[in-house]
Amino acid sequence: MPADVPWIKTNPAAALARSEPSEGGNHGRPRAVDGTILLFLLQDGITNGAIYALLGIALVLVFAVTRVIFIPQGEFIAFGALTYALLEAGRLPGTVWLLIVFGAVAFTFDFVAMLKDGGGVRRLAKAALLDLALPAAIAGTAMLVAGRGFGPLAHAALTLALVTPLGPLLYRVAFMPIASASVLTLLITAVGVHLVLVGLGLAFFGAEGVRAPAISDLMIEAGPLLVSGQNLAVYALTAASIVALWLFFERSLWGKALRATAVNRLGARLVGIRTSFAGALAFGLAALVGGLSGILVAPMTTIYYDTGFLIGLKGFVAAIIGGLASHPITAAAALAVGVVESIASFFASDLKEVIVFSLILPVLMWRSLTQTHVEEED
Amino acid sequence: MTETLLAIETVSVAYGKVQAVRGVSLDVKAGEIVTVIGANGAGKSTLLNATIGALGAQGAIRFLGEDITRLDVEDRVARGLLLVPERRELFSTMTVEDNLVLGGFRVPRGVARDTMAEVYDRFPRLKERRDQLAGTMSGGERQMLAIGRALMSRPKLLMLDEPSLGLAPRIVADIFRIIADLRAGGVSILLVEQNARAALAAADHAHVMELGEVSVSGPAAELARDERIVQSYLGFH
Repeated sequence: MPADVPWIKTNPAAALARSEPSEGGNHGRPRAVDGTILLFLLQDGITNGAIYALLGIALVLVFAVTRVIFIPQGEFIAFGALTYALLEAGRLPGTVWLLIVFGAVAFTFDFVAMLKDGGGVRRLAKAALLDLALPAAIAGTAMLVAGRGFGPLAHAALTLALVTPLGPLLYRVAFMPIASASVLTLLITAVGVHLVLVGLGLAFFGAEGVRAPAISDLMIEAGPLLVSGQNLAVYALTAASIVALWLFFERSLWGKALRATAVNRLGARLVGIRTSFAGALAFGLAALVGGLSGILVAPMTTIYYDTGFLIGLKGFVAAIIGGLASHPITAAAALAVGVVESIASFFASDLKEVIVFSLILPVLMWRSLTQTHVEEED
Repeated sequence: MTETLLAIETVSVAYGKVQAVRGVSLDVKAGEIVTVIGANGAGKSTLLNATIGALGAQGAIRFLGEDITRLDVEDRVARGLLLVPERRELFSTMTVEDNLVLGGFRVPRGVARDTMAEVYDRFPRLKERRDQLAGTMSGGERQMLAIGRALMSRPKLLMLDEPSLGLAPRIVADIFRIIADLRAGGVSILLVEQNARAALAAADHAHVMELGEVSVSGPAAELARDERIVQSYLGFH
């Protein structure tokens, strides 16, 4: 893992923060902070915070439905970013092969499960369709599209199509077989999955970092601020995703089924909602959100196969502040995390991560003091 | 001879080494109300939970002639076998209407819409409270919602686990009236109750469970008349 993940140094304020120590005589302490710099920092923080918000919400969603604290969410971002950046560079991303491998492993699991419990030809056909045919179709499309200069929109759509199925397939292989295990077991598994995915990332994408060109070279001057098209895209897509997720959970039957599974797993089964269906759907949404975050991040920083972890952890801090339960608190906390990180990177760039992750401590203490301990369901 | 909906054949259920249900057999025919009565801890709820598939069981369970012993809960639900569990298991932080909508998860949208209208006709109280959160309702209303949610799947056989538990006597009377109505509407019912007199009055057939086994079976009216059985097995209700 690189010593310092080059995560988002996109604007003059951050650049200033980095150059500060070399300017001699003041031992790295900034001399003066004017309102402009603060505004830059705020803008930078909100941009990053918006992406953390998407991550945090995905983490809350996955935990509520499956009780998995999904550490590897960051890998979906890295895979999404790498896929998009490589497509933009006119290359065929390793995600294509990763998807096919995942599908083949999931099919093996389904096949063995079918030998054990029966279920006949229909079940086998369904597994073959979802695990083999669908990934192959998406991979085939990617091979046709890659390198022909179809433009960012097609590449973004293809990235989402490649990354999203990884979620349900991962759930099928790693978490569905132990769906009723304790939260701790699921967490340990999640850490294991994270390590495996980082390794697979290295194998399928290589150690080289990539960066996508900006979505547009639009620059809007707003007072002292320069708002880039990339920033606007982040704000707009984050807001749109949050609204879309909200509509999905409030209005659609599948969204309600996910909420129902989160509220009462047995109750959900008794109305015919399969726990494995809800789990796969939650992981699919998480992968979709992760892929989207990756596309948004790709033009802002150089992405390596293991960049996702630190980004994911910031979303995790937000999710914890939201008690792994509240979507709005998580989103607000994510923005706060982004701003704190941005300000910390200016005033104490060496301690940036320490300061961000320390945010979690008072929240945990406050929670453990004020809330009655919830016994884990058995 | 009417069609046998559910056939439970020498079913045994164990929690670890403890045998909670031993070799129980019983049938439910179309249009019937069958009740299983007995004291607390006799294994009645365990039997229902095994029948829906929430607990593993030995023996055979047939529904509409098909062996469903190895099917998942969700597949049994899809075939029209529904359980209203003792603890209701509602979606407490969701609205009454959403609970009903989810009850119809497995049926086509159009059917679900019509069924919801029927459920609201049957339980006007639920219609009044459609936007209220399920967890904020009274015990009787929650029981009605649990039954309503199960009806949304258009069950062929509805299993009710202690529907009168913890409810005021007036509400208990309501619940038993609803059970009679449901049967009149063509839903067969397997009813587990501690309130033996009320259950025997509502049912066609009855089985008394004691320490995991069925000790007495027969027409409900006959068991209800047998003071000896009522006193020794059921106490004074």
